[in-house]
Amino acid sequence: MSKAEITVGDRKVGNGIYVLDIAGEINAYAENDLMEAYTRVNSDSAKWIIMNFNNLDYMNSSGIGLLVTLLIRVQRQKQHLMAFGLTDHYRQIFELTRLDEAITIYDDETSAVKAANGS
Amino acid sequence: MANPSTTSNTRKKSPSAWAEPVSTLSVDETPQGAMNLNVDGRHLVSPLQGFGQMWQKTFQVRLNGVDLSPEEVLTVWQNNFPAFQPPENQFYPSMSGIKPGEVILINAKVPPFPGMPNLLPVSTGVMVLYADDEMFTVMCPEGHPLSGWNNFRVFEDDDGYLVAEVQEQSRASDPMYEFFFRVLGSSSQQDNIWIHVLTQLANHLEVEGVEVSVTRNLIDPRVQWSAARNIWNNAAIRTIFYVVGTPFRWAGSKIRSGDS
Repeated sequence: MSKAEITVGDRKVGNGIYVLDIAGEINAYAENDLMEAYTRVNSDSAKWIIMNFNNLDYMNSSGIGLLVTLLIRVQRQKQHLMAFGLTDHYRQIFELTRLDEAITIYDDETSAVKAANGS
Repeated sequence: MANPSTTSNTRKKSPSAWAEPVSTLSVDETPQGAMNLNVDGRHLVSPLQGFGQMWQKTFQVRLNGVDLSPEEVLTVWQNNFPAFQPPENQFYPSMSGIKPGEVILINAKVPPFPGMPNLLPVSTGVMVLYADDEMFTVMCPEGHPLSGWNNFRVFEDDDGYLVAEVQEQSRASDPMYEFFFRVLGSSSQQDNIWIHVLTQLANHLEVEGVEVSVTRNLIDPRVQWSAARNIWNNAAIRTIFYVVGTPFRWAGSKIRSGDS
């Protein structure tokens, strides 16, 4: 069995707005899947990258580190990183690790896309 | 060469592996011999709140011949976490040990300049952010030389060998630390701490031919000038002022007790 227990889909939901559908576990083995998904959506037109955590099973502290690395890559492209679908527990983890200061969290996809469209 | 451990991973995926949310750190009880300074009341800081370039450094050692599971090795590591540190780095975990939310006080001494003896005291600490049976993570508070965290992990590599790993993801907290890291060689001194720790772990497990590999990735070459004000909480500066002021505080307390 592969140690990576994650799948990351991608789809375009608006002008320059892309959603990464994350399913499974974000841990140290998730780096390739996560970064490859970002590479697929990264283009000159991409302005907003929205992470969908509705199907997140588990995330450990290595996973939080991966999100920081992704965030830096996104910011260096002058793009923005957003998230929705986090449980209360992982919202708290985002606050504890202070990721919420750089990644805006929304309740659902509609809210996130609306915010991206409105910017 | 002995066979590598073939014990399969049993992952613990529990929300309780994470520390409870805290706004600031608090130390309920100072372990004997430790100086509790620059930790109480401090916020935690991720790599996003630091000043300097953001690095991800990975230190690994193959534990050839060790017939233990990753979980067992991690337990050995946790139980000996302070003992595996270099002598100039005193770690003081709480009585509870390496548990989510626990604070580990650190009393270190660093050289004022490269090549000089370790003279300058730095009192700080870290909080255990995450701990399960495969890994644990500590996160730095404001004032610590680094903003970020260290992951400590034991796993089986693709060849089935046990590997112990330290992965640091951090920025220098403020401009002074960045100067020390980038110009005065403190970065390699910091690296040597984790090389020492992994070597000690491997020696403890009686591994022969210990070789620690180091991979350094510059995640963000930019500095964050908005974080320059972090120098206000600089633990090295504050510790030096505290130590220099000790005789004056002692004299002051004597005078006050004499008055009463």
